Amino acid sequence: MTGLMFAQAAQERPPLVMPEVEYSALAPIVIPIVGALALLLFGSLLRTRPPAGAYASIGVVSGLGSLAAAWFVWDDIRDGGYLAVANAVVIDGFGTFFVATIACAVVLGSLVADAYLRREGLDGPEFYVLMLLSASGGMTMAVANDLIVLFLGLEILSIALYVLAGFQRGRAASREAAIKYFVLGSFSSALFLYGIALVYGATGSTQLPEIAAFLARNVLVSNGVLLAGMALLLVGLGFKVAAVPFHAWTPDVYQGAPSPVTGFMAAAAKAAGFAGLLRVFFSTFTTLELDWRPVVWALAIATVLVGSVMAVVQNDVKRMLAYSSISHAGYMLIGLQAANADGIAGALFYLLAYTFMVLGSFAIVTVVSRTGDTGHALENYRGLAARRPVLAFAFTVFLLAQAGIPFTTGFLAKFYVIAAAVEAESYALALIGMLAAVVAAFFYLRVTVFMYSAAPDGAEPAPRLAVPAGVGIALGLTLAFTVVFGVLPSPILRFAQQATFLF
Amino acid sequence: MTLGADWYLSLAAALFTIGAVGLLIRRNVLVMFMCIELMLNAVNLTFVTYARKLNDIGGQSLVFFVLVVAAAEVVVGLGIIVSIFRRRTEATADDLNLLKG
Repeated sequence: MTGLMFAQAAQERPPLVMPEVEYSALAPIVIPIVGALALLLFGSLLRTRPPAGAYASIGVVSGLGSLAAAWFVWDDIRDGGYLAVANAVVIDGFGTFFVATIACAVVLGSLVADAYLRREGLDGPEFYVLMLLSASGGMTMAVANDLIVLFLGLEILSIALYVLAGFQRGRAASREAAIKYFVLGSFSSALFLYGIALVYGATGSTQLPEIAAFLARNVLVSNGVLLAGMALLLVGLGFKVAAVPFHAWTPDVYQGAPSPVTGFMAAAAKAAGFAGLLRVFFSTFTTLELDWRPVVWALAIATVLVGSVMAVVQNDVKRMLAYSSISHAGYMLIGLQAANADGIAGALFYLLAYTFMVLGSFAIVTVVSRTGDTGHALENYRGLAARRPVLAFAFTVFLLAQAGIPFTTGFLAKFYVIAAAVEAESYALALIGMLAAVVAAFFYLRVTVFMYSAAPDGAEPAPRLAVPAGVGIALGLTLAFTVVFGVLPSPILRFAQQATFLF
Repeated sequence: MTLGADWYLSLAAALFTIGAVGLLIRRNVLVMFMCIELMLNAVNLTFVTYARKLNDIGGQSLVFFVLVVAAAEVVVGLGIIVSIFRRRTEATADDLNLLKG
């Protein structure tokens, strides 16, 4: 009897239509996941230890595969993006730009991590599995067309990063970094989620184009819920990109996490966070610009100032780089605040340049560090130029690039975002950005001075530093990128500008 | 007597606030962890209420995504907590003072 009733009810309902999944468009995201699963499979099936670097090479290959797939997708969408998987994701130039950036971070991160993990006795597939899954989450954020997809991407990115931060279980600082990152990260995710719920309640949809269309059609009489939702979204993403005043976790986590993880986290999490910020605020809440721009203005000023000033007083290089990454987030926020095509293109250029600068810097930090991820004090860099001239030269280039010295990508990145701020008539913001860059130059140059000054007399000779092959390749790539595109920026700038046009 | 949507929304907001404040003032890591769960479930209540109010099934289905994410967070979070506090008698956040400056 009941069976009959169910059968009748089933006949009356329309058939369930399964959404079409465009795997070719999703290939850049699927490839890292496949790589991660393959690593897990091989790692558990292999009876003997594979040759050194086997796991890392799967990580590198997955990253390169993702990059190649992104290239094909980019070629495919020259005439405009399209929606895929039941409108859950949007395949456009903007998303593909971030996918490519994160894929670069995977390749460089795997190269740097390989020798480090063997030195610390942590070699195994798990590290690369987590890194690849985390990257796939970041890429999902970049192509999200729905706030819930954005949230899922955020969580896939973050949960894997929590584990990576605590990967060095034997080291108390690493465990502490993991728990601090976990508690504050989950807190920010919950705020972000509440923001989604409020925006959904106010607009009736979680799909970004529908929200934008609703806001364009209707003027809300009382938009308190919508504004609260927007503010919570800003706070949640602000945590991820380490904008002041949501930056409290950054120095501790960057210092405590294993150095290659810090480099990857700094690059990938920031890229994914900014992908979300730009897509949600610039392209969805366009009609509410007057409401969010002043808030982003204040965040940008606080972020560049606090990041630069606090970095000056640090004696730990990893901690200093953490504050410097905060100040970089401030410059990217300046690009968002400008809210024009140049500002967004500038922020994208900044992110790609920053990815290579920061991964190069952390590659050197990894090489200079001693077993147990110690030896990050500024004092450990004294006389580095005498011991390893090439290493000291590379670090100098990365530091100068981060300071914004001409003929590096870092200079052009700062130039483009500040020019966009001037164009948007945010003169005060542009001025403070430039002043903060002057303050920031101090602590970057301080490390350089330490590297090129001689070790004090009577000091015990520092141990010889070995540069593993993987780190060497990563350093070559990052150095070449930073200098070549610092002199000839047009290919990257065109890439960033086209990405902006296509979203 | 039926209660309007506003009551449910207010309840959710109150639960969310309790969770957020609890996370910031409590020192026991496990309690902080429970506060995060409370915040996520407050969001679920908000989603369901709005789904009912807007007569849109989408909001209800979002709850499943949130539940899955919350479960994944529990797995990772408890793993991290156990790995830290395995050798200690109480799980208080005040002991985490290695990294500062």
